[in-house]
Order: sequence, then C-alpha cells, then structure tokens
Amino acid sequence: MTWRIANPEAGKPRVAVHKFSSCDGCQLAFLNLGEDLLKLAELVDLVHFAEAGPLEPEAEVDLSFVEGSVSAPEDLVRIQRIRQHSRLLVAIGACATSGGVQALRNNANGAEWKAQIYPHPEAIASLQHATPVSHHVKVDFELWGCPVNSRQVLAVVNALLLGVAPRDNADKVCTECKRRGLTCVMVSRGVACMGPVTRAGCGALCPSLGRDCYGCYGPAENANTDALSAQFSSLGLTAEDIVLRFQSINSQTPVFLAAADKAGMER
Amino acid sequence: MSEQRRTVAIHVPVLTRVEGEGALDLRIEDGQLLELRLRIFEPPRFFEKFLEGHNYTEVPDLVARICGICPVAYQVTAVQALEKLFGVDPGPWARDMRRVFYCGEWIQSHSLHIHLLAAPDFFGCNNAIELARIEPEAVRRGLRIQALGNELMDLFGARSVHPVGLRVGGFHGAPALSQVNAIREKLRAALPEAEALIRWTAGIAVPQDNQLFTSVAMQHRERYAIEDGLIGASDGLSITPETYEAHFAEYQEPYSTALFSTYHQRPYLVGPLARLNLNHDRLPEQLRALLVDTGLSFPSRNMFHSLVARAVEIFHALHEALRLLESYRVQDSPHVPVTPRAGVAYGCTEAPRGLLWQRYEMDDAGRVVAARIVPPTSQNQLRIEEDLRLSLLQFGLDHPDDALQLHCEKVIRNYDPCISCATHFLRLNVERK
Repeated sequence: MTWRIANPEAGKPRVAVHKFSSCDGCQLAFLNLGEDLLKLAELVDLVHFAEAGPLEPEAEVDLSFVEGSVSAPEDLVRIQRIRQHSRLLVAIGACATSGGVQALRNNANGAEWKAQIYPHPEAIASLQHATPVSHHVKVDFELWGCPVNSRQVLAVVNALLLGVAPRDNADKVCTECKRRGLTCVMVSRGVACMGPVTRAGCGALCPSLGRDCYGCYGPAENANTDALSAQFSSLGLTAEDIVLRFQSINSQTPVFLAAADKAGMER
Repeated sequence: MSEQRRTVAIHVPVLTRVEGEGALDLRIEDGQLLELRLRIFEPPRFFEKFLEGHNYTEVPDLVARICGICPVAYQVTAVQALEKLFGVDPGPWARDMRRVFYCGEWIQSHSLHIHLLAAPDFFGCNNAIELARIEPEAVRRGLRIQALGNELMDLFGARSVHPVGLRVGGFHGAPALSQVNAIREKLRAALPEAEALIRWTAGIAVPQDNQLFTSVAMQHRERYAIEDGLIGASDGLSITPETYEAHFAEYQEPYSTALFSTYHQRPYLVGPLARLNLNHDRLPEQLRALLVDTGLSFPSRNMFHSLVARAVEIFHALHEALRLLESYRVQDSPHVPVTPRAGVAYGCTEAPRGLLWQRYEMDDAGRVVAARIVPPTSQNQLRIEEDLRLSLLQFGLDHPDDALQLHCEKVIRNYDPCISCATHFLRLNVERK
C-alpha cells in the first residue's frame, strides 16, 4: 500500500471529513486552524465536510478522516460505504478509536437507560454498544485524543502529501511532562495522575496546570496499569475510585477495561 | 397547474454548516404547508445517565464532552451549580477569570458561526472557502478573531476544545502575568477589527422578516449577563435557576420522540438575539453608540439580526476580557478547598447559543445521583419550526425548490443549532409514509 495522496497529474488530493456520534470537537482541529484553514484548502480539495459546507458523502476520495463512534443502526452501513470510497481512512479522536465517552453505556443496561430518559423508549434506535471505527472496517491510521489537536491532523496531512507513513507518539504522557521540565504531580503532591499509562500527544497539558492527567488520549503502549493501580491504592484511592479512573473517556480500550475489572474485583 | 396548486416535497437529507447532523423535511400541497420537520439523526449519547456514580471532581471533564464548540459553557455551569450546593465561594478572582474564559468561548464560537457557517449564504457561496475568494479580508479577519477566542480559552484551559483548567472551587492553575500581558495586547488590537466586523455584518442585506416571539435570557443588574444572573424573559419573567422547572417544560410530540422545550406551553427564543433584546442597555456606552451608528435598533423581531447580534457580542466579549484582565494579579492559590455535601445543585449560564440549565442531585460523598441538562438548541427547536413556517409564508411558497431550501437553511442557521448538544439525550424519530 502507498501512503502517498498527492498525484500531480490528478490534481489536488481529495479529502473527506466524516462524522459519527461525537461532540464535533475533533473536526475543530480543522475549523480552528485560523488562517491556515485557507492554506489547507489550497493544498487539498475538501470534497466532503458537512460542518464546513461541502457535501458529497459518496465521492471517491484519496483520504477520509472519520470522527465519532458507530452508535446507531444506520451507522453500520454508512461506515462500510465510506471505506469503499476512501483510498486511505484515518480515524480521529477517542470516539473513533475507542468508542469515546458515550461508550460508557457499553457497561450498562442500555434498555434501562433508554426507559429512564425517554417516555417512549421503543422508538429510540441506538445500538447497544458505541464502538470504534476499527471494529467495523479496516482503519489505515488512528489518531488518539479527546480531542485530537490541529498539530496531529496537520502532521498526518503533511506526511501523506509527502508520501510517507504518518507517525504518532504512543509513549506515555510522562515523557512529555519530563521534556517540558514539569514537576511530577504524583510524586510531589500525591495526585492520582493517569500520565504513566496514558498515550502522549497532548503535550502534558493537565500536569502543566498542576492537575492529574485523566487519560483522554487512551492507553500508551506497554502501559503498566497494575503498577499504577497499586500506586493509586497507596495514595488512598478506594477500589471504586480506581475503577472510575479507568472508566472515563476511553473506557472500552482493552487495557483500561482490564484495569478497571481487576480493580473492581477487589471491591 | 398554477404555482399555487403545485405539490412540493423538499427533503434536505443532511443540513450543512450546522454543528451535528440534522435534516429538514418540507411538504407543500395546493399552496399549503402540510409538513415541516427539523429532523435530528444524531444518535443519543446518554450523558445524564453515565454521569451517575461519578465524582463531582470528574463532572467538568465529562460534561465538556457534550459539545466540542461550547465546552466552557457546560463546565462553568456545572462547577458553579456544585459550588452553590457545597457552600463554596471561589472568590472574586476566580469569578472574574471564569467570565474571561467564557468570553473566549463566545468569541471563538460566534466568529466560527458568522464566517464559516452563516455568512456564505448571504454572498451566494457554498462555504467559507468560496467566500474567502470574494471577501478575503472579511474571512481572514473572522478567522483571526476566532483564533484569538481560542487563545483566550487556552490561557485558562490549556486547550480550547475540552479545556482542562476549571475545577469546583476555582481553577487548577493561574496563567503567568507575562502570558496575560501578551494577550491583553492582542485583545486591544482586535477591538477595531471587531468594530469593522459589526459594520460588515450590519451591511449585509438580510430579509425583513419580523415575527412575534418571546426572548428568554439571563439578566444581571449591572452587567451583560454571561455566567451570572437571573433567568429573564421579554414578558417580565425573572426567576432563579432553582425554579426553572416551574416555568419551562419538555414535552413530546405525538409524531416523534423529540423532546421540545416550552415556556408556559409556548415556543421561545434563546441565544444572541434574545440576549441583545433583553440586555442591550447593559452594553458599554461605546458599543451602544456604535450600534446607533449602524442604524440598527434593539429589541429586534427579525431573527436575521442574529448575525449582527453575534458580532456585537464578540466586541463586547473582547472588551470585557480586556477590562477584567487590566488589573490581573497571579494568585497564590487559584482555588479554595471544597467539601461536598448532599443535595440538589442548580445552575445556568448563557452558552454561545443561549441559556444552558443544569441540575445535579448529589450524595454526601460528592457523587452524582441524577443529572438533568437542558441545552440551548433543544429550547430553540420549537421556535425554529415556528419561524420556518412563518418565514416561508412571508418568503412565498411559489419560489423554486432550491430557493425554498436555501431560505429554510438560512432561517435554521440563524439559530446556530448545535445538534451535538441537543442530541446528548434526544433523538427525533422519523416516520415516512
């Protein structure tokens, strides 16, 4: 497979931005580019991007960015069609890579929830689980984060314009914290920080404000959740508190799910 | 067949340039508007349910995820509601800085809406990239203002989408004086740009479409209400958030499962125009003079004045942020200690798109027992449908289909509907026959 989306003979690369169940926040990585948005529009042809205007969901494209989780029956068909029309497919953000915050419903009794919110729950069509894009189609590259930032999406676009494989940092938030020279909030103040098991990419934003990372970029590679749970426990967190640490924005990733289950068994 | 006798069925399967996924169905028979539905097909996300059992410290990070465009509104409303219940006063510094933080979100969200979502309609363009070809300076100015709004949010939240700086009791951290000085310069430099933006939006020819509606917005004795005040209405209502449910209700249409908000059983308007209608006399003198100069007067009954209302609020938000940062001092501790207690927390603020109301039932350990969140877009839904009906009749049903569709889309975009917000708990069921 080739990572190149630029083809001088075929004109500008054709790019789509699709949305599934989400808060729209990852699309803002494009819409918040400021004047660089106009520069991006010079480099690629934004064929489909409903929030920005262009509407051609069925167009053949070189690259599709997909935001959001698969959550409703019609999503199952739509994601297949997007895959068929896209040479490369990049999932962006926690919803698209792990199911996101709304996947917290996967642990619960969905039917009961519907009945508690809606007078007529039978009319609500939603799948029992909110799932990541990769559960349904082949995903060429994943960008983690809730939300992903402009730096991340532009790095992907630039790599693909140059024809090289995009890269993403799967190391821990701790490494970004150290590079910024920040004082460790856990060591210095006993704050229950998720940084040691969370994927880098944000730039250690939470510790820079003196607070705990809460895992919004999902699990890092080789995350030692057992050691972190033991550390949380020694900081005075109850088993229930530890479960909540892992059951948040990226609750359905296998690593965080296993860590929560393990802590939950000790309750 | 005469124009009056024709049958028109317009289905706009995906509304573009709105936040989230919605659609519009319109059916005209024999010159009569038989069906008009704003359909929303975002799947429900069940926020109220999954907040249950989570700790109060997690609430601001979780509710932010309802909306990527207005996370600060959800966060500030939640922390203020919880602080009131817990008997915590974060102090004047944190209160002022929250207003500044919130101003950043108004600037960002309003500028995004004006330039990327709404304005292209009035210049015959399909999107902002096309608009930038004929109005390059206006679009670039808008994107710069939007970027400054984001920067103001970054200052307190480290990022503008799902910022991480706010907590019950104050802020996690306080920006350094050097950062504040730098942004003050930018705010000062942006004021003339915002003035030019007001003049630009006031100069855009919009339909004259006056309608009767009730404006609902928060009101404050001295200030233009953003994060603090009572809930007011153009009929004289003035209530606290605790009594919201006695006046405002959600009901279900028999043909769908959508929850529509009503005020005393009637549709009502929230958002920038409702705020300007109720609170224009709280704007600073300089801004009121500028408005007089543009020839516009408020209150206005023309929803198409929403565009200029957003521009006015951008100017005011820049002005407010600058005023509040003028005497900025770094705090020893940006937050006060918090001890949770059981009870019901109520709060509301003015999100960019209008009144946002929240209620949390908490246990004595500080965990959420039950939550209810009423976002601005679900409050505007019934008003949007009412407006579409009135506006289409005024526009004339004998226009070609594409003109009818464009007109409907313009009307809908006046409300800047945020479907991601509105569908965090609802789904409109569509029955096709």
